[in-house]
Amino acid sequence: MPDIASRRSLVKNLNAKIAAIPMMLTATVVFVGCTLWTVVYSFTNSRLLPGGDWVGLAQYERLWGTRRWLISVENLAIYGFLMLVFSLVIGFLLAAIIDQRIRFEDAFRTIFLYPYALSFIVTGLVWQWLLNPEFGIQAAVRSMGFETFAFDPLYNSDLVLYGVIVAGLWHGTGLVMCLMLAGLRGIDEDVWKASRVDGIPAWKTYIFIVIPMMRPVFVTTLVLITASIIKLYDLVIAQTGGGPGLSSEVPAKFVFDAMFVSQNLAQGFAASTMMLVAVIFVIIPWAYLEFGGKKRG
Amino acid sequence: MQPSVSIRNLKLDFGAIQVLKDLNLDIGKGEFLVLLGSSGCGKSTLLNCIAGLLEPTDGSIFINGDNVTWAEPSERGIGMVFQSYALYPQMTVKGNLSFGLKNARVPKDEIERRVARAADILQIGPLLGRKPAALSGGQRQRVAIGRALVRDVEVFLFDEPLSNLDAKLRAELRVELKRLHNNLGNTMIYVTHDQVEAMTLADRIAIMKGGLVMQLGSPAEIYGRPAKKYVADFIGSPSMNFLPGKLRAGPVVDVAGQSIPLDAYDFTRKGLEGDVWFGIRPEHVATGEAAAACPVSYELKAELVKPMGAETLVWSSIEGTPFRFRMDGHAQVAAGDILRVGFDPVRASLFDTVEELRV
Amino acid sequence: MADQTAPAPSRGIAEAVGPRPRRALSVRNIVIYGILALLSVYYLLPIWVMIMTSLKGMPEIQMGNIFAPPVELTFEPWIRAWSSVCTGLTCEGISTGFLNSVIITVPSVVLSIAVASVNGYALSLWRFRGANVFFTILIIGAFIPYQVMIYPIVIILREIGLYGDLAGLVLVHTVFGMPILTLLFRNDFYSVPEELFMAARIDGAGFWTIFLKIMAPMALPMFVVAVILQSTAIWNDFLFGVIFSTPQNYPMTVQLNNIVNSVQGVREYNVNMAATLLSGLVPLTIYLVSGKLFVRGIAAGAVKG
Repeated sequence: MPDIASRRSLVKNLNAKIAAIPMMLTATVVFVGCTLWTVVYSFTNSRLLPGGDWVGLAQYERLWGTRRWLISVENLAIYGFLMLVFSLVIGFLLAAIIDQRIRFEDAFRTIFLYPYALSFIVTGLVWQWLLNPEFGIQAAVRSMGFETFAFDPLYNSDLVLYGVIVAGLWHGTGLVMCLMLAGLRGIDEDVWKASRVDGIPAWKTYIFIVIPMMRPVFVTTLVLITASIIKLYDLVIAQTGGGPGLSSEVPAKFVFDAMFVSQNLAQGFAASTMMLVAVIFVIIPWAYLEFGGKKRG
Repeated sequence: MQPSVSIRNLKLDFGAIQVLKDLNLDIGKGEFLVLLGSSGCGKSTLLNCIAGLLEPTDGSIFINGDNVTWAEPSERGIGMVFQSYALYPQMTVKGNLSFGLKNARVPKDEIERRVARAADILQIGPLLGRKPAALSGGQRQRVAIGRALVRDVEVFLFDEPLSNLDAKLRAELRVELKRLHNNLGNTMIYVTHDQVEAMTLADRIAIMKGGLVMQLGSPAEIYGRPAKKYVADFIGSPSMNFLPGKLRAGPVVDVAGQSIPLDAYDFTRKGLEGDVWFGIRPEHVATGEAAAACPVSYELKAELVKPMGAETLVWSSIEGTPFRFRMDGHAQVAAGDILRVGFDPVRASLFDTVEELRV
Repeated sequence: MADQTAPAPSRGIAEAVGPRPRRALSVRNIVIYGILALLSVYYLLPIWVMIMTSLKGMPEIQMGNIFAPPVELTFEPWIRAWSSVCTGLTCEGISTGFLNSVIITVPSVVLSIAVASVNGYALSLWRFRGANVFFTILIIGAFIPYQVMIYPIVIILREIGLYGDLAGLVLVHTVFGMPILTLLFRNDFYSVPEELFMAARIDGAGFWTIFLKIMAPMALPMFVVAVILQSTAIWNDFLFGVIFSTPQNYPMTVQLNNIVNSVQGVREYNVNMAATLLSGLVPLTIYLVSGKLFVRGIAAGAVKG
């Protein structure tokens, strides 16, 4: 479309520029400015207040030598991997089932999506209660006669992460289902008809035809889930507080504690910069695929 | 001879809505049948039922003598071409053609043979390695036909296959489809809302409305001897003029103050009297000197003149009833001119005013 | 076509007239509805347990089954959670947090939508040189973890005297809501026929007149979607609430976490669950009332246009 709104004069489009001032400030001051500020100060030895001396990569060396940080990163990697796999699989499965013209479609969709409307705090607290070994699921199963039944992930440092994942999946799969459902409904019905005329079984149609056609939806969903995984914070705070011990610590919590609790600012800056790096690794390939591809098409 | 496809008492309801109402149809071997109608008439629904993509509520469908009413689409011996092409976008043309065969465990060399044959017939050999996104609309359509072709089946179903193409390409592919039919000799059932497409392609046309077949016949029959006023009105552009008239013994019909003798008219029902619609196509109306030579003629004022190049369309009226007719493209005529028009009642169609059936 | 008799079947397939024989269809249905039922239990269990627990007395909780409905129905936990449970500094219940959340959410929603809708409008219909650069930064910025930007924002707010102030928190919500909302509005205004915009300009309408009189009314559904999106997001926020407000202004999420996860005293699980439900009530109501619009909101937010 021709750029009907572009004007040579600076004044002609003044109103639009005024309207865009908040965006310009947000983009430059907050998104670029604040990010750069943090990255720069991660090379100092700031403690209680930002400033101090230039120490190069010392903060990063110290960070990667800190046990708590290493545990946090490992936890996030496990959580992230399982979350991605399970939310994509369950989300797609749910969407595929709901797409079968089932009865009570709206009711089921409401059930699967409502957790997404709740906060991570609420999610964490509910699952903390459900997984409470004294009164929760474990106690209920034991009272049915299975005396030795053990299910107390939140009190077991080897399992606590899986307890968090169960809650995370409960909260987030509904969204994945919705996105997948939109993708499935966007597929030309004639393609399904053609594959039936060709005599291709439904599961093969999904794997060889429909899922490849939904590639953009999968990519977008993947990016969204990943971005939300890296931000994981509230859920852990509410459900486990990072415990038992350090066994459910995550990077976002490490950053918060370094900045606002233990007054070790530069460590927080270095840790948050690492989070940024992780996001960049996800975003750049995606942006390349998404926007690089569009120009060619 | 045994028909290729037979439809017996087919009914289909979507909830309370009857989409197909007790439909019967026989399609001969090697016949090109076009299902023609405006949207919502049930033509695509019927095609989907034949394909097995929709389950009828009642009735049965026979293909080559087998009752296939409840058979899977792939077991019916049909191939289908869709309006949106429905090609598998991430597969090459060759992949599209062979996917169904591979799935049916057809031996490799047989697949190769059939793909090569289809590519040869449709002249898509050089495109086999490409993906659908890299093809033009016409090429995609050819691949879609190819996918039906490799199935080596008796019956081809087409669901408005040309309506996504531009007018010029549509005309080209129409010719090609006709040629394909002549070469292959398969039974073809073709759904369209485009009457030109129907007239040029069909051996027989089934005009549908409200889940029923209004008339089944050759293009010439449908055009020349429409069985119902609806069919007469639907076919032809601009559509037939309908003048109110009174049929008397004689037989004569009184139209707009003139008594038109019907001695030469080929009656479908003899001896009827009373109110009728007198229908005459715009292209069967003569003007000028030719009008004077006609058994019936009127003096009319041209109200609107629409030059189309090869011909000129004139809008007028006879005693308040709109009346359209065609003139030669060279005709010098302007709005307000008084013209003499005439026609031969042999070419007219009469319908009763109650059931609107041909008289 | 007078021949009304069916042709003889040549392959000997039995006459199949009448309703379709019900084949393996029911097996398929059992699998489908089985999976759905199983997953529904997983999704519904937490809310069932929340409600049941909040309606029991503590003795019953200690004795009984977490899934069982209350033997002795009591609303005491709800009353306590609302008006007298300790949330850290004070013991006035979560009602103060509820009020705080309302006071935070309403202006944040209004301001962020006002800013973003005008911005989206300017970006789609009054594009100027360089606008896309800022917009790209804005969208990429949406993926930057908040943790990276939070400390400098604290400093900025402190410098302009808004740190710990309600206005500061509103500002933060406006800033971080901007990428997604701008994207939504920009795409929505893009879908408006260009002719309409040109006609309005020929009629002499300017930037603000076109926005207020023509575009904003047309984008009404998008405003509703934005309100749903923002009010649930801001109501559910925890991180910004903890950092940018002071204890007496803490939003409900923060107070709720303090109630449940504070170590002092006896744990009152029924009161905890009542408080949890209370804080989930607002977004849950929005979700249930708005239904398809909620879905449209998150889908529009997720699948970029």
